[in-house]
Amino acid sequence: MDPECSRLLPALCAVLADPGQPVADDTCLEKLLDWFTAVTEAGSSLLLLQENPCLVELLFHVLKSQDLSSRILSFSLRLAGIFAAQENCFQYLQQGELLPMLFGEVGPLGGAAWTAPAVRSGWIQGLRTLAQHPSALRFLAACGAVDTIFSLQGDPSLFVASAAGQLLVHILDLAMRGPAEGHRSPQACDWPACAQKIVGHIEDSLCSTAVPQVTQALSVLTTAFGHCHGLWTQGLWVRLSPLVARLLEKDPVPASHSLVDLLLSVARSAPSSYRGLWETLAQTLSHLSPTQAGPLALGILKLQDCPQALRTQAFGILLQPLACVLEAAAQAPGPPGLLEGAAGNSMTVDTLLSSKSACVGLLCCALAHLGLLQPLPQRPSPWPQAPLLGAAVTILRLCSGSAAPTSDVGSRLCAILVGCGRVQRAALDFLGALSQGTGPQELVTQVFSVLLEYLVSPESSSMSWMPVGHFQRLLPRKNEVRCSLSPCIPSPSYTPGRGRGQAGQLTPGPAAPLFPLQVLKKAFQATLRWLLSSPKTPGCCDLDPHTQLFLRELLPVLQKRLCSPCWEVRDSGLEFLTQMTRHWGGQAGFRQALLASEVPELTKQLLRDPESYVRASAVTATGQLSSWGLCATPAGHECPGAQQESLLVELLHILSTDSEGFPRRAVMQVFTEWLRDGHADVAEDAEQFVAGALQAASRDLDWEVRAQGLELALVFLEQLLGQRGSHCPYAVALPETAPPGVLAQALQVLCRVQLFEFAFRALFDCDRPVAQKSCDLLLFLRAKAAPCGSPQEAGDSPNVASVEATLQRWQAGEQGQPLGYLEPGAVVALLRSVDLEGLRDTLAESSDHVEKSPQSLLQDMLAAVGVLGENEADCY
Amino acid sequence: MKLYCLSGHPTLPCNVLKFKSTTIMLDCGLDMTSTLNFLPLPLVQSPRLSNLPGWSLKDGNAFLDKELKECSGHVFVDSVPEFCLPETELIDLSTVDVILISNYHCMMALPYITEHTGFTGTVYATEPSVQIGRLLMEELVNFIERVPKAQSASLWKNKDIQRLLPSPLKDAVEVSTWRRCYTMQEVNSALSKIQLVGYSQKIELFGAVQVTPLSSGYALGSSNWIIQSHYEKVSYVSGSSLLTTHPQPMDQASLKNSDVLILTGLTQIPTANPDSMVGEFCSNLSLTVRNGGNVLVPCYPSGVIYDLLECLYQYIDSAGLSSIPFYFISPVANSSLEFSQIFAEWLCHNKQTKVYLPEPPFPHAELIQTNKLKHYPSIHGDFSNDFRQPCVVFTGHPSLRFGDVVHFMELWGKSSLNTVIFTEPDFTYLEALAPYQPLAMKCIYCPIDTRLNFIQVSKLLKEVQPLHVVCPEQYTQPPPAQSHRIDLMIDCQPPAMSYRRAEVLALPFKRRYEKIEIMPELADSLVPMEIKPGVSLATVSAVLHTKDNKHILQPPPRPAQPTGGKKRKRASDDIPDCKVLKPLLSGSIPVEQFVQTLEKHGFSDIKVEDTAKGHIVLLQEAETLIQIEEDSTHIICDNDEMLRMIRILRIPLSSKLRCLCLK
Repeated sequence: MDPECSRLLPALCAVLADPGQPVADDTCLEKLLDWFTAVTEAGSSLLLLQENPCLVELLFHVLKSQDLSSRILSFSLRLAGIFAAQENCFQYLQQGELLPMLFGEVGPLGGAAWTAPAVRSGWIQGLRTLAQHPSALRFLAACGAVDTIFSLQGDPSLFVASAAGQLLVHILDLAMRGPAEGHRSPQACDWPACAQKIVGHIEDSLCSTAVPQVTQALSVLTTAFGHCHGLWTQGLWVRLSPLVARLLEKDPVPASHSLVDLLLSVARSAPSSYRGLWETLAQTLSHLSPTQAGPLALGILKLQDCPQALRTQAFGILLQPLACVLEAAAQAPGPPGLLEGAAGNSMTVDTLLSSKSACVGLLCCALAHLGLLQPLPQRPSPWPQAPLLGAAVTILRLCSGSAAPTSDVGSRLCAILVGCGRVQRAALDFLGALSQGTGPQELVTQVFSVLLEYLVSPESSSMSWMPVGHFQRLLPRKNEVRCSLSPCIPSPSYTPGRGRGQAGQLTPGPAAPLFPLQVLKKAFQATLRWLLSSPKTPGCCDLDPHTQLFLRELLPVLQKRLCSPCWEVRDSGLEFLTQMTRHWGGQAGFRQALLASEVPELTKQLLRDPESYVRASAVTATGQLSSWGLCATPAGHECPGAQQESLLVELLHILSTDSEGFPRRAVMQVFTEWLRDGHADVAEDAEQFVAGALQAASRDLDWEVRAQGLELALVFLEQLLGQRGSHCPYAVALPETAPPGVLAQALQVLCRVQLFEFAFRALFDCDRPVAQKSCDLLLFLRAKAAPCGSPQEAGDSPNVASVEATLQRWQAGEQGQPLGYLEPGAVVALLRSVDLEGLRDTLAESSDHVEKSPQSLLQDMLAAVGVLGENEADCY
Repeated sequence: MKLYCLSGHPTLPCNVLKFKSTTIMLDCGLDMTSTLNFLPLPLVQSPRLSNLPGWSLKDGNAFLDKELKECSGHVFVDSVPEFCLPETELIDLSTVDVILISNYHCMMALPYITEHTGFTGTVYATEPSVQIGRLLMEELVNFIERVPKAQSASLWKNKDIQRLLPSPLKDAVEVSTWRRCYTMQEVNSALSKIQLVGYSQKIELFGAVQVTPLSSGYALGSSNWIIQSHYEKVSYVSGSSLLTTHPQPMDQASLKNSDVLILTGLTQIPTANPDSMVGEFCSNLSLTVRNGGNVLVPCYPSGVIYDLLECLYQYIDSAGLSSIPFYFISPVANSSLEFSQIFAEWLCHNKQTKVYLPEPPFPHAELIQTNKLKHYPSIHGDFSNDFRQPCVVFTGHPSLRFGDVVHFMELWGKSSLNTVIFTEPDFTYLEALAPYQPLAMKCIYCPIDTRLNFIQVSKLLKEVQPLHVVCPEQYTQPPPAQSHRIDLMIDCQPPAMSYRRAEVLALPFKRRYEKIEIMPELADSLVPMEIKPGVSLATVSAVLHTKDNKHILQPPPRPAQPTGGKKRKRASDDIPDCKVLKPLLSGSIPVEQFVQTLEKHGFSDIKVEDTAKGHIVLLQEAETLIQIEEDSTHIICDNDEMLRMIRILRIPLSSKLRCLCLK
């Protein structure tokens, strides 16, 4: 510990021990504990206590004081735990009988303070840190802590209860690892008393009729098997597995979730060493209800090595709900063995038809589980791709009401599912996941047709069947808070029922209006996945005829969506178009279909959309279209230069005038992409293009636009001077320098486009990422320019001094003055004279690096209570 | 209580309820789908329509070719369009006491009923219903009268001939009752019989029942009706909406505790959400106009058009449509737009508050001010000078058989750049378009029907819990085209009773009580006695006076004055008498005591048998059988014995005593 901290410590301890001086906040105490942990890990705790007696005094004082706050008490318990984790320090504290007083029955345990959850939590955490050595075990046994921990398992505070369970596992592990570590026999008879006690308690709990007790025992076991991997866990399994199996005999199975967690935890650790585990798993699968068994089945299928029979059983359970749906919706008796071994059993059918929530829950889980399984290497093989596709399509049709089941179960399912947004979203996700595999052409056609149905249908919204919003709801609303990550915020414009303030009994949940939009988005996503995975015609690089056909139907739908009054829909449509173009811009079939449609023209019109998100997406989409020569032209021809120029002008106009940041950022991204990909028209006069873009970006108030401007500058630099070399920070290779001729020419160009003015301005930008990026850029440039000219040469340049002066003023925050035109020589000189490395290091440090030191923590805490006297206010 | 169902159309109902002594007609809807069988009435001479070939029978017989014309494989009647009236034969309509109107769409048959059936009653409706209903009627009459048609086809209606015609003419029902449109004079006369009412106003009908209109949330002034007596309540729910569009929200709470709920006028397109339909409407409109095409919206002059204009008001700027003119063409366009702004009290809360700012409640005022929306009475006159393309035209009639819309269909039908967008759900768009085939114009179907859907209905029924639900039979089964959609029908317990055209339904509830008033002086004279805790009884002798369905118990006429004094004396003596009688008034008969009493009166051979419900006392000698049950006592005996028996039976008798006399 540094001397300054040692000096401050007594004052701090005095403050902590003084009930009249409340400590500002818990974060300080947490930081303090972190610091003590670091200090004790680095050196001896005993020494620390001996050198700073105020610490032990603090602990004693805490015990004596009656009116201390619960958080100080909790803090002290945890602090004592940290010190006592080292055995010699433990002994030292024991001598003073401090530990029994803190953790034993005479301590807070019996007092009024115990009612505060923070104190109970501190007690547990203190013991958890303390229990690291055999002496600690003896101490725990002597002070009867284990019984208290048992009772804390049912604590009303979930944090305390969960920590108690973990502490039990920790103690058990400590006791079993003991002196004979690794050799402890699996036989339970010679286990230490402490372990026997804990295991006995778990046994009692497992046999209990109270579900909470069973849950506690199961979660302790889950932690134990998940974290401890000694031989003794096998013994534990042998001893407890009959009790676990007995739980399965009850109906309903108590604490089924916890049971599933436990079994999976055991199976994941080292399944082969646990006898009878597979049988128990199989038994559990057959005993649990379809809804409960789903997660277990998924867990089993994710296991690396597992008997095939069990895998088959588990897979059957996941498939069952879908098999039932397929069976119920079949027009005629379907081909036998659609989902072999998973023919819908009556229990699943009962669950599906019992209530809407049960049906939706079961189907959503099954779809999500199968979707998770699909990409895994250990997924069941053979994977029933075709029936699964069929099931997903059927579910989507049932939800949209377009399926016409003839069976009674089918009609009832249809009535339950029709318009159910949750199932629709899950099914669309699943359908998207299935795009990774292939299927018979007939089914793929069905997939595309159901996707089209969802994209076409305005009822991707009316499916919600809710009396949602009056018509205005679909229209953009001014001053609405939106965020790009969750763009579908419901507008509260419309309350069905009894008017304002009285949401009426028929009001749906507030999230209802979101469903349709999310369904549409999912439909777009799934469509994209299917389109991108659709097979190419053999021997030809173009799209296959089915996809072509689908595209021809899809584009009019997209057109309509781009005209939607709902901005989220327009936005999703544009994103979809961007993705599709990115992948297929070069395919003749796609180009033909797109150019024959009005989509490019509409996209261009959306550059003037009133909604900034839509404008941003339109910028990205037009940029992408233009990269492939697909942007709109009146005659529908591929764009000649003149058209292109006008787009460039339009984007520059957006960059310099748009009031919102998103479109401007998008423009910079498009520009960077164009430059990087050598967009034909940009390449024609790259210099002018870069100059224009940088000029606009340098004035931008949005730091992301400026940062993107630097990205553009970097791409330009790389094109002039060659690649940046390895991005690996540990690479030893020195950056390659550019040949002098090239460099001189490049520097001329860079000066002409005023890149330096932009970069140096950014170097002193008030937003750190911009400054960092600029620093990197200049460092790269300097490395490239290393051999060019000598310092003397550069120093002779007449305007360097004035430029440096300007830079200093910029650094000081006065950025009004322009840098003026720079000669290449002056630039090189400047690059050398500015301490870029130093600047980079300063920028790399986070803004609170000065305040992070322990010393400043102690000072802050003292200052907060006014001990340092600095913040005392003079009332007069 | 009986319900006479005069119309088979679930959203254009016309039913008659006989309740207590009143005959109440519920709505007066006119089924105009019959007009789909007729050729359109072109406003401007249409060579295409006038040159259609006449239709001839398979055998070449062409005697119908003047009446029937063929167009793209469909056969149409070339005559003035006719409407399918409600049943007039099922019940004598002159006996109808009142007609209750629920909204302006459901009163279109009113002139037929009030002017031609001997109707002498009163019609009740809200002011907006009457005013807008008048506009609709005016428009209809105008549309038809301004294109006079010389011929009137009737030959095809002959049953024997109709059988030979192709569908749908062959299957048209009740063609003999189809009538031509009424005149403006009839409209005025019919409307003069209307009495205006306000929401929650209580209207007494002959003292027998009280009717009350409630806001139904569907259209300006649209109402549901409560028809109740003291002990019975019938709710009539017709065309209601839970969407807060422009009208006042629906009053659900007042519908609670109904004995019978008659449910009509649900959404005609249960699978279409109005919101998404408006989204579709806007998208397609914008798509067409951007491509330089025109948009035609066949619509009624009131209702959804206000909402569409409001949406477009917000949408046009963002969609870059500010320079596109919107035309609203209807003989009543001006009145409709102006009326909508003055019915503030009938609007939803948001719109009401605007009035106090003061601002016009509907934004179409601003559209008109800024010249974005222009309205004209017809395509003739000013409109032809201002007409600019591309544009959006709102005009009637949604059936595409008459009105200015016919002209635009002819004008724009040939170009695939143009689009017709159907927003009114009343007519099947394919049938509406049939006489315009082949058609290059794009057709979009975005029916906007804000009326209740089945999910909303089932929630509504759960909330208001009527004892019985009565509805058109269409609502009790899934739509024929989607027979698996069991979610598209009314699901309630007990199952809804259904009706169809020309059916008479006996409603399943019996009147059990009637309210009778007791005059104060009579009430004063009563001496109630508590026969068990909380229940007191008193005997009453009075005169029942009934007038105007009000029943009053008045004191009996006093006997001659001299006996009056005595009576007063006796009245005071009555009290001990009553006490003696007390056990006789009520309660179950103590059989043992009864037998003893009989024995005391000299019956010796008394046999008592126990039955499931009570006892049978047999007096063999007297050939008398007394059946004693919990709530009845029957004495079966010879006529002569009867008086004696009754005298003896001045013992506890329960509420019902029936004597059967055996001769």
